[in-house]
Amino acid sequence: MTFVAKPKVHHPLLPVSDLGLTRRDYEGSVSTLCAGCGHDSVSAAIVRACAELSIPPHRFAKVSGIGCSSKTPSYFLSKSHGFNSVHGRMPSVATGANMANRDLFCVGVSGDGDSASIGLGQFAHVVRRRINMVYIVDNNGIYGLTKGQFSATNDKGSTNKKGVPNLHEPIDLVSMALQIGASFVARSFSGDKRQLVPLIKAALMHRGVSFLDVISPCVAFNNHNGSTKSYEYVRGHGGSVVNAEFFARHEEITADYAPGTREDVRMPDGSTLQLYKLDDDYDVHDRVGALNYMQRRAQEGDVVTGLLYVDPNTFDCHEVLGTVDTPLNELNETDLCPGSAALAELNESFR
Amino acid sequence: MTMYNDFVIRFANVNGSGSASANGMFAKALYRMGIPVATRNIFPSNIQGLPTWFEVRVSEKGYLGRREGVDIMVAMNAETLADDVASIKPGGYLFYDSSKQLTWALRRDDITEIGMPISTLLLPEFADPKQRGLFKNIVYLGALSALLNIEFEVITGMVSTQYKGKDDLIAPNIHALEIGRRYALDYLDAPLPIQVRRSDGVGDRIMVDGNTAAALGSLYGGATVCAWYPITPSTSVAEAFEKYANQLRKDESGRRKFAVVQSEDELSAIGIVIGAAWNGARSFTVTSGPGVSLMSEFLGLAYFAEIPMVLWDIQRAGPSTGMPTRTQQGDLLSCAYASHGDTKHPLLFPSTPRECFDFGAQSLDLADRLQTPIIILSDLELGMNDSLCDPFAWDTKQRYDRGKVLNAEQLEEAGQFGRYLDVDGDGIGYRTYPGTHPEKGAFFTRGTSRDEFAAYTESPDAYQRNMERLVYKWETAAKIVPQAVVHDAGEAAGILYYGTSAAPMTETLDMLAEDGISLDRIRVRAFPFGEEVMTFLERHEIVFVVDQNRDSQMRTLLVNELELDPAALIPGRYYAGLSISADTIYSQVKAYFEVTRRPRIKRA
Repeated sequence: MTFVAKPKVHHPLLPVSDLGLTRRDYEGSVSTLCAGCGHDSVSAAIVRACAELSIPPHRFAKVSGIGCSSKTPSYFLSKSHGFNSVHGRMPSVATGANMANRDLFCVGVSGDGDSASIGLGQFAHVVRRRINMVYIVDNNGIYGLTKGQFSATNDKGSTNKKGVPNLHEPIDLVSMALQIGASFVARSFSGDKRQLVPLIKAALMHRGVSFLDVISPCVAFNNHNGSTKSYEYVRGHGGSVVNAEFFARHEEITADYAPGTREDVRMPDGSTLQLYKLDDDYDVHDRVGALNYMQRRAQEGDVVTGLLYVDPNTFDCHEVLGTVDTPLNELNETDLCPGSAALAELNESFR
Repeated sequence: MTMYNDFVIRFANVNGSGSASANGMFAKALYRMGIPVATRNIFPSNIQGLPTWFEVRVSEKGYLGRREGVDIMVAMNAETLADDVASIKPGGYLFYDSSKQLTWALRRDDITEIGMPISTLLLPEFADPKQRGLFKNIVYLGALSALLNIEFEVITGMVSTQYKGKDDLIAPNIHALEIGRRYALDYLDAPLPIQVRRSDGVGDRIMVDGNTAAALGSLYGGATVCAWYPITPSTSVAEAFEKYANQLRKDESGRRKFAVVQSEDELSAIGIVIGAAWNGARSFTVTSGPGVSLMSEFLGLAYFAEIPMVLWDIQRAGPSTGMPTRTQQGDLLSCAYASHGDTKHPLLFPSTPRECFDFGAQSLDLADRLQTPIIILSDLELGMNDSLCDPFAWDTKQRYDRGKVLNAEQLEEAGQFGRYLDVDGDGIGYRTYPGTHPEKGAFFTRGTSRDEFAAYTESPDAYQRNMERLVYKWETAAKIVPQAVVHDAGEAAGILYYGTSAAPMTETLDMLAEDGISLDRIRVRAFPFGEEVMTFLERHEIVFVVDQNRDSQMRTLLVNELELDPAALIPGRYYAGLSISADTIYSQVKAYFEVTRRPRIKRA
């Protein structure tokens, strides 16, 4: 793996945002992942979502664990700090980063091995702690960097490249996130930019954990006929239930989406989430219904995608803990040190 | 002949019976009479029903280490009675509840029995059996006030303060105290020849436990994020931090200027701390040995990625779950070299609550300055027991040292920014917090190898340059960590100790001096070792190295890091789970001189 900076020149007709920036200002270094890797599409979708929201590109904290997915924070938002931590522990590092500075947009990228195997505990606990972050799992069903072993999200009966089937039950992170209380849960496909970009935008503007499970095929080890995480399989069995369009406060509403029942969700910051439901019976605010629906469809072999659950009026860990608005990392001695008079009283209490 | 202010009293109770509060009042009463005391809670890993002991060493001379043998046993646990009676020193006293007769088999000719029918006395007084159980403790406290001549107003005053706001509890407690006191004065030989009297031995000192002190030090030092997972004996550090931060660190509207996260395990706790520190908040975690094992991978990341953080290890007896409620200094090596690959971490060894407070704040400065984890090795003995120490002090002019951090303006002025460039030649680069500047100073933090500009590399040269720079940083650390406290009077032999082995040291040296053995002493306060440690060790023919672990871990560190001749470092050790006593060290040193027949004379 090498570190290659992208050339700074860009197309003169690229749209310029109100910050005077183009999409290129949100990119990272050149990816070293395999050509055609789904993860690169996810990175590209993150770049596009952040650019469209016109967030200053240095105001992110990018955090990841270990694995192919966890390399990707190098490939987007190079003006922001990134932290490639240890295997399965991205959620705790993200928790700390968010505790220290609540004003930064916290983006955690993990993989299915990183989150569903070694890091399953941390995944569960960051969700229940309601850390204000976007949690993306690049889900390819296998361990890529160690050359194709099954991960815990691999479907039972799905085969590896040599045709050997996986014998164990899969862990569905989306169901878990719903059960543990995530207030924004979505599943998407790296090959569906049109669905993915609005979901990431909405996730960034949502308060609390926004969980996105993105099926992201591994072209090297899990893109064959027997795999249920291949481009072909997901295109053949994937079905959106709720598509979303997201408009930040400053964005003009110009959606022209596929037909369906439309619902506008107002986000607390004044932005709008437009939902297009393809199944009239689906209620995106019904946690239990979402779980039932997904499990029923999964039994039929369908991969349900789209925004599966959202509670826009939620709160995050800082509100639970009652911390001050000022980021904790900006407080100084005057804010933090109780002083010598208070210490004299403390000494007195120990006499 | 009456002996004043010099004895060991031990209370044998059943845990969960409410004895802790009465026993604590006993110790505090003596403290308030100006008498030096040290308390030791010897408790089981259990909530209710198992034996627990509370020991108070009373010493006019100020010897506050543990002393072997018990002078007065307050035996309130039938289950342990036989062992408790056996542990009394000849000439000592057994105080027991004589509502039930003592069996003949337990009787000893060489001690004095003081029987008091506590349960019988309480029967007509309190209808509720649970209340009778609780007041039993208060009754023996009342009796002891008469037997040992404790100023009664000091105790009644304490009851009034303790139950402030629950006024209906004050009268029955004082009544129970009086039942005990009255009985002792009327029917027992009170006061005993062993007793207390007002003293000025305490001076200005406060009485507090090390974990509370650690929490306050962290609070004063500006820690804003504390993440932790409950484990004895470290839990009370985090709980005290939260308690005092709630009192002292809220804004006008009651919002908190700190965050305490009780995480799902130790891995998460240290991950949170590292994430917060990376993002510019002063942060710390607390744990004990098993937690250190779990945190090791992250400690390696913090070492290699150069993240400042503070870890308190309140050590307990290992290995594995070991004796979770007993003390030991067993984690030196696992902390010094925690994690795979070539890693080393600075360690601090506090000896007193005051030092816990000081190191609590200082460690945050050191972590920021050195951009690496600082591990503070306290232990159960220091952390969970009340002991005397100088009052906490804070210089209001003091400023936090946030180390080498560039803000937006400095980044504008700086020509080139390389996170891992050794600009100043001390092995420490400049860091930036996330989100500081729109264009400059962003870098990628990783546990993988990287060059001076934080870019990933597998270049052998760049990898090695980085590892060598970390060695320079280590040398910088040796210059700024707390220096050892040295007393060198030119003797041929010395004694080296650290942490809670300091408590019995004055007494040990006094005992040895009576036998004609004089030792110079050095109390090591940090690792890496400063020059003063090397100087002391080189200057003495032999040095006893006192460890509270089986494998002489401090001695191993000294031999390993300073390349000393192991033959000149004589191991002294105790690791059975109680705190080390003067008797233990004394007998080991004395045996060494007897066996080797080394001259004990001073150097010419």
